[in-house]
Amino acid sequence: MGALHLSNVSKSFGKTEVIKGLDLTVQDGEFCVFVGPSGCGKSTLLRMIAGLEDLSGGDVALDGKIISTLPPAKREIAMVFQTYALYPHLTVRQNMGLALKQAGESKAAIEAAVTRASAMLELGPYLDRRPAELSGGQRQRVAIGRAIVRRPKLFLFDEPLSNLDAALRVATRIEIARLHRDLGATMVYVTHDQVEAMTLADKIVVLRAGVVEQVGSPMELYNNPANTFVAGFIGSPQMNFLKADALGEHGATLGIRPEHLTLSPLHGDIAAKVSHVEKLGGETLVYVRHDHHGLLTVRLFGEHDFAYNADVFVTPDRTRAFRFNAEGKRVR
Amino acid sequence: MRATHPAKRQSIAAHAVLLTYTLIALFPVFVIVINSFKSRRAIFAEPLMPPLPGNFDLVGYATVMKQGDFFQYFLNSMTVTCASLFFVLLFGAMAAFALSEYRFRGNMLMGLYLALGIMIPIRLGTVAILELMVATGLVNTLTSLVLVYTAQGLPLAVFILSEFMKTVSDDLKNAGRIDGLSEYRIFFTLVLPLVRPAMATVAVFTMIPIWNDLWFPLILAPSEEVKTITLGSQVFIGQFVTNWNAVLSALSLAIIPVLVLYLIFSRQLIRGITAGAVK
Repeated sequence: MGALHLSNVSKSFGKTEVIKGLDLTVQDGEFCVFVGPSGCGKSTLLRMIAGLEDLSGGDVALDGKIISTLPPAKREIAMVFQTYALYPHLTVRQNMGLALKQAGESKAAIEAAVTRASAMLELGPYLDRRPAELSGGQRQRVAIGRAIVRRPKLFLFDEPLSNLDAALRVATRIEIARLHRDLGATMVYVTHDQVEAMTLADKIVVLRAGVVEQVGSPMELYNNPANTFVAGFIGSPQMNFLKADALGEHGATLGIRPEHLTLSPLHGDIAAKVSHVEKLGGETLVYVRHDHHGLLTVRLFGEHDFAYNADVFVTPDRTRAFRFNAEGKRVR
Repeated sequence: MRATHPAKRQSIAAHAVLLTYTLIALFPVFVIVINSFKSRRAIFAEPLMPPLPGNFDLVGYATVMKQGDFFQYFLNSMTVTCASLFFVLLFGAMAAFALSEYRFRGNMLMGLYLALGIMIPIRLGTVAILELMVATGLVNTLTSLVLVYTAQGLPLAVFILSEFMKTVSDDLKNAGRIDGLSEYRIFFTLVLPLVRPAMATVAVFTMIPIWNDLWFPLILAPSEEVKTITLGSQVFIGQFVTNWNAVLSALSLAIIPVLVLYLIFSRQLIRGITAGAVK
């Protein structure tokens, strides 16, 4: 196992700078998630760590050793891909054992490693099937198994749940979390889904346009966002951004999470109209429209009824508000 | 039920058009084959009638078997076609892989340069090619034909295959790299099987002109022991007398190997297509 250090890592394609001089440390055994909108450079960064993409500058070190000059197979890493990327002509057993076979391990050692990994993922009954005979969820478990077999110092996950349906996504997410606990390995995980980031990560790295916006534990980012981008990206439904001047507050923008807005038909700070209501059973999301503040989301617990276009009053809980300046930076 | 009628009528119309086209395309072949089984008199008297007990005659086939070394011609044609096909597919696929997989300076220009051959007929260079073959002492060898046909087939192969190679999942190739497979293993074991339908298409397009070619065998390899089947059949076409029985029989026989090769490749084509659909 090992800690991962990125120092001043950069990447350009022609004249386009995708990663702009990035420093990051992932501790030994830590689960680190890169999250950000598409095109923010998170996948490119992962591929640079894997050695599938050359660095334009900087160094990648794993366990104190510079690996940026090594070919992917020599970096002691394993990677799980979004599209599973199983070898179609090999059985599950051969898929999982291929890396060790290439490394020249003995047959017995390969068999033992495959058996161990397949037991962890309950893949035993499928070992002699080919990938085409497996379902999507099974294929992704095989891909994860293939990574485990190598006993790498670092696991890399490239949006591994994106191709699975909603129920399988939750099940596989829990499985990955369990594996991280059991193996205690360092893992780097790329996703654009903030729910995956929040539920899996020890440390989240929020990226935008090749720059790190904020690094921290999920709750740090949730409770203490450094700017409007992180505040808007972490948390679902998205945070509301109110104009501070209209509420007599300092700063430019007031960020309030949907659960910290209260709704009343009679009185309150902001008079608005109901635009849409989403009932989820346990909670109700009310979208209200206001000429100055725009569309706001209010999260109420339990079931509530509101008529379309009804007049309501929204009141923010100012003690839970985040204040941002005109550049979007947090003001404390 | 009413809604299904126009669809049915359309499908009948479509099939009628396709059937007509098939008949037109196959008719010359049909005429060649039936007449190869008839006596000389019957060929000219009733060219469109199938062989009947009265005029059934195998004299054409007998002549072909007796005269000239037809088995050798077959073998020569097969050797040239298979060898050229092998090299076109191998080098074409390798070039296509390099063009589609690696980012390097001049990648686009290189691709265009390799595809340029599609637009320039290789026969324009016949004189130069002949001089080259004479200089290298390759005249009257099958090697000269294989070299020329490989050059002739490569542009189209590179063009079609590089488009297909781009559709092969990057993740799969990257998984191979992380597992320590060499670029050659990735190419041969991961990428090639996935572009098999395209390879079959290229094989069919490449094979038929090579098998049918008369030009280069006549110029580069006209001697008896290296004649191809198309050239060999020409002995029966004289300036004054043409032995039609023999010509038709030779042509009928020449269809068989190319038909077999085509069937093999078209099976690959279909298998490739359904494999993709089921996954």
